[in-house]
Amino acid sequence: MFAFLIRRIIQAALVMLVVASIAFLMFRFLGDPISNLLPEDATVQDRAEMREKMGLNDPVLVQYGRFIVDAAQGDFGQSYRNNRPVSDLLAERFPATAELVLVAASLALALGIPLGIYTALNPRGWLSQGLQVVSLLGISVPTFVTGILLILVFSVTLGWLPSFGRGTVVDLGWWTTGFLTTSGLKALILPAIMLALFQMTLIMRLVRAEMLEVLRADYIKFAKARGIPNRMLHFKYALKNTLIPVMTIFGLQLGGLIAFAIITETVFQWPGMGFLFIQAVNFTDVPVMAAYLVLVSFIFVVINTLVDLLYNVADPRLRAERTPARGV
Amino acid sequence: MSLLELDNIVVEFPTRRGPLEAVKGLSLDLDEGEILGLVGESGAGKSITGAAITGLIEPPGLIRSGEVRLRGARIDNLPPEKMRRIRGKEIGAIFQDPLTSLNPVYTVGEQLIDTMRVHLGFDHKAARQRAIDWLAEVGIPAPEARLDQYPHQFSGGMRQRVVIALALCAEPKLIIADEPTTALDVSVQAQILALLKRLCRENGTAVVLVTHDMGVIAETADRVAVMYAGRLVEIGDVKQVIEEPLHPYTRGLMASIPQIGNRDRRLTQIEGAMPGLRNPAPGCAFAPRCPRAMEHCHSLRPAPQDAGTGQVACHLYGETA
Repeated sequence: MFAFLIRRIIQAALVMLVVASIAFLMFRFLGDPISNLLPEDATVQDRAEMREKMGLNDPVLVQYGRFIVDAAQGDFGQSYRNNRPVSDLLAERFPATAELVLVAASLALALGIPLGIYTALNPRGWLSQGLQVVSLLGISVPTFVTGILLILVFSVTLGWLPSFGRGTVVDLGWWTTGFLTTSGLKALILPAIMLALFQMTLIMRLVRAEMLEVLRADYIKFAKARGIPNRMLHFKYALKNTLIPVMTIFGLQLGGLIAFAIITETVFQWPGMGFLFIQAVNFTDVPVMAAYLVLVSFIFVVINTLVDLLYNVADPRLRAERTPARGV
Repeated sequence: MSLLELDNIVVEFPTRRGPLEAVKGLSLDLDEGEILGLVGESGAGKSITGAAITGLIEPPGLIRSGEVRLRGARIDNLPPEKMRRIRGKEIGAIFQDPLTSLNPVYTVGEQLIDTMRVHLGFDHKAARQRAIDWLAEVGIPAPEARLDQYPHQFSGGMRQRVVIALALCAEPKLIIADEPTTALDVSVQAQILALLKRLCRENGTAVVLVTHDMGVIAETADRVAVMYAGRLVEIGDVKQVIEEPLHPYTRGLMASIPQIGNRDRRLTQIEGAMPGLRNPAPGCAFAPRCPRAMEHCHSLRPAPQDAGTGQVACHLYGETA
């Protein structure tokens, strides 16, 4: 187990190094930052000074090394646009994205798994068939469309829920939360639904397919032949086997939720990292873009490593790799 | 009273092109503690017959007519929940592949304990103790340590021992064993059969042993029932059926068993193949392949009649001969 952990950490570090290199390349190819930083009437003298001050005259490898070392310490330099440390900007925005993703992921799991089980256990019921059709819609309709439709119905027409922003947030010093105020919670509902919808339908369809597969397995037939009651058969014997592969996919999707929150945050003007990233793209604010890229990759890597560890816990076949079969 | 009676059961699978009869009117009796071998080639309806007894025919298959009786009481028309209580408790089952019969994510102990708690009302502690006893009973060394291991930590033969423990742990009076040793090494097969036989004898458990392996039957069974194309063609004591088979099909089956030390002889085979389930012929299903077929064999289906130590369904015997 320990060796496994070490191996995974080394792999993760390598992935992060590659990502950081790509992020660094952005600095080289996305134009000259000096022209964005200085006023239009800056003299050549000013430009040269700025260039020297930012270390842009150093050899590429030196700049690269500096970038990697700083990035490893969480320092991504100054935002070109706000003139503030990028790490501060991200730290400010992170809670908004994290809360949105947390709610969306919980929603997707809390609805997707039971619905998937239901449709697998009653494959011919009209409700299951209906859910299958609806889930197909959920998978194929682009999320921004559902977002806009949600705004149209619940904000514009009914006026029940806000169409943008986070509402009132409570500052806990190191974290700003929208969970503690009514307006914060209300503001969460629509974006969370929009972000969760695709994941929920995906999980539902995945659970359904896996469960149908497991229910055909010999060990389920044998358990049935032993008179194990249906409830235990479905929710104990079949469910655990069903959820192991679902866990992997969900791990991947969780990273995706964070990354693709960009669209939801844009539609709802949600002050999270994704929204920050879109603004940074508009202003070619390369340090912010680079930092966002590195951070999202980091979250991806962490989640996937955790999922692999969980996999080891959930599936005994992986756990006991050093206990060979014995006996006749 | 017999423990189990099958009374003219017909098992049918509806298809788009009309129903297919996999079992076409089969009657059998089984006494307490008796081991009955059910043999026949693939597709003869042996496994379906086993499934019909446990009420586990895969939908949309169904028992179209006939009755299955356990100690005189009909069980083929019970509501699902009542039938579930019978499964495991009254009728156990063992399947072919021990590698896939055990749930990979639960320890063998947990699977044993669940089964006993469901049927015998044990508390966890008592069930655990019984589970250890059962593992010891089926010949698994260090049962206490093995109880908390997962199926993948056992070898094939050991897994089949666990499967036997699982099938027997709620002390059923009848076991349907469907090819219980087919997936195992030959060297392990004999051990597993001997184990199954010993446990059933000790507990007075009757067994329906479904197999296509005559060697297994000879070693284990008291009586043999031979099936062909969904019907019983011959039933009788194991010694008689193996040494003096009556039905030409049974004879062909016996002659096609390879014998050690007889290298030169070409293996006898029965020419042709079993007829499909569609468009059954009006006469004896075996007639097209039968070396001794007579004219009326093709038009008139022989009824089972008493012969030898049991019954045979063939025009060569009885008054129609």
